[in-house]
Amino acid sequence: MKYILMMNIPKAGYGAFGAWTQKDIVANLAFVKGMNKTLSESGEFVAAEGLALPDQARVVRAGKDGVPITDGVFPEAKEFLAGYLIVDVESTERAYKIAAIWSAAPGPGALPLNMPIEVRQVMSGKADELP
Amino acid sequence: MKETLPDAETERLLRELAPQVLGAVVRRFRDFAAAEDAVQEAMLAAFTQWPHEGVPDNPRGWLIRVASRRLTDQIRSEIARRERETAVARDAETFAPVHDIEYDMDPNDTLILLFMCSHPALSSSSAIALTLRAVGGLTTAEIAKAFLVPEATMAQRISRAKQSIKDSGAPFCLLPLEERAERLPAVLHVLYLIFNEGYASSMGAHLQRLDLTREAIRLTRSAKALLPDDAEVAGLLSLMLLTDARRAARTGPDEELIPLDKQDRTLWDRAEIEEGIELMTDALSKGSVGMYQLQAAIAAVHDEAARAEDTDWPQILALYESLKRVSPSPMVTLNHAIAAAMVDGPSKGLELLKTLDVDSRLAEHHRLDAVRAHLLEMLGDHVSAVKHYRTAAGRTTSIPERNYLIAQAARLEEGSRGPDEKTNVPSS
Repeated sequence: MKYILMMNIPKAGYGAFGAWTQKDIVANLAFVKGMNKTLSESGEFVAAEGLALPDQARVVRAGKDGVPITDGVFPEAKEFLAGYLIVDVESTERAYKIAAIWSAAPGPGALPLNMPIEVRQVMSGKADELP
Repeated sequence: MKETLPDAETERLLRELAPQVLGAVVRRFRDFAAAEDAVQEAMLAAFTQWPHEGVPDNPRGWLIRVASRRLTDQIRSEIARRERETAVARDAETFAPVHDIEYDMDPNDTLILLFMCSHPALSSSSAIALTLRAVGGLTTAEIAKAFLVPEATMAQRISRAKQSIKDSGAPFCLLPLEERAERLPAVLHVLYLIFNEGYASSMGAHLQRLDLTREAIRLTRSAKALLPDDAEVAGLLSLMLLTDARRAARTGPDEELIPLDKQDRTLWDRAEIEEGIELMTDALSKGSVGMYQLQAAIAAVHDEAARAEDTDWPQILALYESLKRVSPSPMVTLNHAIAAAMVDGPSKGLELLKTLDVDSRLAEHHRLDAVRAHLLEMLGDHVSAVKHYRTAAGRTTSIPERNYLIAQAARLEEGSRGPDEKTNVPSS
């Protein structure tokens, strides 16, 4: 079963990231890298990407004749997708466990961030014979 | 004389030889994990060389030689690295001329490998991957592509599976008869899962994927050849053939799912149906009736009906009752309820479904809602049917299935608005 794990970061958190010490940033990146390596070794890793900071993010809509109309990100948005991880696991519980590991990635002062991770199943299920 | 084979032919030959080559190499070097890697490398070498240089006179011997050389080199460099003698190096047999082992054939090798790859220490996804590589002779890249995961992930899954087998201390030999009987269901389950992975995902979007259905049928055929007297192996092969026979009719031009009663039965593969029925009839005559034979028998009853309305539902109901006794599961109860509804009316089916509401394995499963919706529709309660079709659509993790269920709900709702608006099932 494939699951996508999405890390949503509060808008305020994005700003705070800039205030981290070099050491904290390095530790956080090393943690994520190590986690992905472990998942690859356990045969569960499918994909992972981190997203750029939302400063330059734009919302696009099709205008007349499909012309793209861009807009700034809604100011009322409270959180942004910071990155995602796709895993192929044996059970839902295992996906939750990986989410908890990621959630506890170290932040300032090497303390766990305990970020909320949204876990959703990927539509990779099988179509059964129908009645 | 060397001949040049087209790639597909080379592939078929290599896949057939893979378990034989692996068997010979494992017996010589006594290290399953390392031998399996060496055989994979030999196979990859053959894939690149044979199509250009022609197939060697003795392809099996060629593969054994290449794999053995890799292993020998590996062992030698290991020894050099450690700068000390090991037990393996003193073992003259290890370095015996490879032509000795070229003819070291054991017809049971494929069987030994099948049992090894469905070792109880492995998760089902690992067992599937290892079976496809060690017995099926597929490359890691092909398997990774079939399961839509990165090649590195699949390689790790396979190497961990081999490590688990190594840790379990399982020797490379045929299990005693009693233990074999005990473990056979696990072997058949792995083959069934490979088939199902292929059959259930045989949608257009994945046309580039390896045909796991065909691979499963091929592997089950070899299992059948090695265990000719086992009725369940025959039952499983029969079930695969009788199910695969409907493949072309199962999806429409836009990849939409077509349920059994709406399929164009002229598209069903007659040859597969005939072979499946023959296998099933032969298996049933052997006495002990198992779950695969019963499922094959049910598939055969469907396949024998020229039109959906000709289906012998009382016969199917009787078979589900047997299946409920032999191998009870919530899915069997669910299918039994459908058969009961077809014979005794939808109320009977709905009544049987009630027992599943309290079953945690199925209570929130989309199939329960889908079947309930179907039976409610039969009963004429369209409002409730729409509700359950929608719940099922929200719970399934298959896109074609979700589209089908949403379309069913829409069809019923439009139908209840007036006959003029009645439309057929949309395709997306």
